[in-house]
Amino acid sequence: MGATISLDYITHRFSRGAAPTLEKIENRIEPGEMVALIGRSGCGKSTLLHMLAGLLIPSEGCVRVNGHQVSRPSAKWNMMFQKASLYPWMSVRENAALGLLFSGMAKTEAFSRVDELLEMLGLHDKRDVNVQSLSGGQQQRVALARSLATDPEILLLDEPFSALDAFTRTALQEEVPAICRDLDITMVIVTHDIDEAIAMADRVMIMSQNPGRIVGELDVELPWPRRHMDAGFQSLRDQLMTQFKDTDDGLAGRKAITETTDDDAENAA
Amino acid sequence: MSTQTTQALSGANGAQVNLAPVISWLAALRYPAIGITTLLALWWLGGYVVANDPDMWAFANFAPAPTFSALYDLVASGDIWPTIVSSLYRVLIGLFWGVVIGVPVGVLIGYVGTAMKIANVPFQFLRMISPLAWMPIAVLAFATWDAAIIFLLVMATVWPIMFSTAHGVRRIDPNWFKVAKNLGASGPQMLRRIILPAIMTDVMAGIRLAVGVAWVVLVPAEYLGVTSGLGYAINDARDTLAYDTLAAIVLVIGLIGYGLDTICGLLIKRFNWHVE
Ligand SMILES: Nc1ncnc2c1ncn2[C@@H]1O[C@H](COP(=O)(O)OP(=O)(O)OP(=O)(O)O)[C@@H](O)[C@H]1O
Ligand SMILES: [Mg+2]
Repeated sequence: MGATISLDYITHRFSRGAAPTLEKIENRIEPGEMVALIGRSGCGKSTLLHMLAGLLIPSEGCVRVNGHQVSRPSAKWNMMFQKASLYPWMSVRENAALGLLFSGMAKTEAFSRVDELLEMLGLHDKRDVNVQSLSGGQQQRVALARSLATDPEILLLDEPFSALDAFTRTALQEEVPAICRDLDITMVIVTHDIDEAIAMADRVMIMSQNPGRIVGELDVELPWPRRHMDAGFQSLRDQLMTQFKDTDDGLAGRKAITETTDDDAENAA
Repeated sequence: MSTQTTQALSGANGAQVNLAPVISWLAALRYPAIGITTLLALWWLGGYVVANDPDMWAFANFAPAPTFSALYDLVASGDIWPTIVSSLYRVLIGLFWGVVIGVPVGVLIGYVGTAMKIANVPFQFLRMISPLAWMPIAVLAFATWDAAIIFLLVMATVWPIMFSTAHGVRRIDPNWFKVAKNLGASGPQMLRRIILPAIMTDVMAGIRLAVGVAWVVLVPAEYLGVTSGLGYAINDARDTLAYDTLAAIVLVIGLIGYGLDTICGLLIKRFNWHVE
């Protein structure tokens, strides 16, 4: 079941007395909603996502899931990163089943559950191979299976497709929202890519930099699957660009943003 | 190429024995065979020169023929086995303590940056001291000769294991911790399923180095006090002028050392998860 996420007045400083990285972030994400978070590099998107995952605790305010304050990571809200970060000493199946094994489930049961997911993601013939022999897209699918195996209420994605080729990326941009709708998972995706945001989300939030704030929002009411060439898509794209320009003088920097992959916040936890 | 052809032939003719593995195995042995033959030839040549030199003929028993015959006697009489067992026992106990101390300390200095900063200079300092230099202190500090020798072996094994482990820990992808935490790993699960497998290759590489050092240090350490082991046997053979036996024991030391290293190599292969 999807969960409600509320961001209660979150302010964060990485060190005491420093300028806030995030300031007074307030929002509410409904069960099953899919939200994209866009903003310039370094504005604090990853930091905010780590807080949703319980991997980082805000210095002021809090994240609540279904009303309960998030204070530690949990397999109920899973995060996927730009790198798949699979464990090379485990098979595809073991990687995907890891969360279930951590929860104490017997191996046979965990594997049979995971096999369904691998089947759905087109990996069933790869389940016993070494993960190092998979392509980047296949690895990211295994990471997706790993995140879905524990039956999460929330899926958090931090630029998960930016290292993939265009074909694989487009395919996953379609598949992931479909899976989330199917399984009724609340999804938050951080991205640099405005098209990806529109392709995957019900709502796009725009973040400003220094300090990071949510400065704009746009509802995406397009039918699935979304086609980049559709008139509706194009007009949303224009609206988003305009909002981005209004709220952040960084439109000129957008091209540069898309290139950045560096991510300090990933080491924060 | 030739392997494939052979397989194809035997595949077409089902009754035929498949020789392909045997052939490729023999082909792989070609170069080691050349190396071993060269070594034996040099040894034989040295023995020949020594035997024909009036100043040195007394040492002629170091030559291959007397050595192999002495080796045969040692094995046939069974005298060699207790000697080997007591040496291997000491090395294994030394290695055991090297692992027990080296791996946890290695994990600590690899994981905690401050611990590394504090420990680095003293450990590098201690590491450079030959284990044999501890001998007089070991003899004073330990009640038995055996314990003193094992202490020397621990001093030999602990450093490579510790530094290799620390190196392995520092190499762990920080995302591996984050993902595991996110999936709900407890402390012990993190250790058993993530940290230990991640550093296993490096720990094994450290153990391999340690075994090499320990085996080298063992023989001179056994010159002292004890009345068993390969080092003692060498000393004993020298005192009784049994040079053929002495050479046979040197041969045994080399063979066992090579065997130990091969076992370590196989274990590393078994635990290595890096894809070439
Ligand atoms: N552990 C940390 N300690 C100190 N500062 C940090 C830490 N992690 C991140 N920051 C800083 O916080 C700011 C926000 O970082 P964050 O990684 O959240 O940005 P981002 O929006 O995800 O950027 P990108 O799009 O490049 O991934 C950056 O200025 C970064 O330097
Ligand atoms: Mg980021």
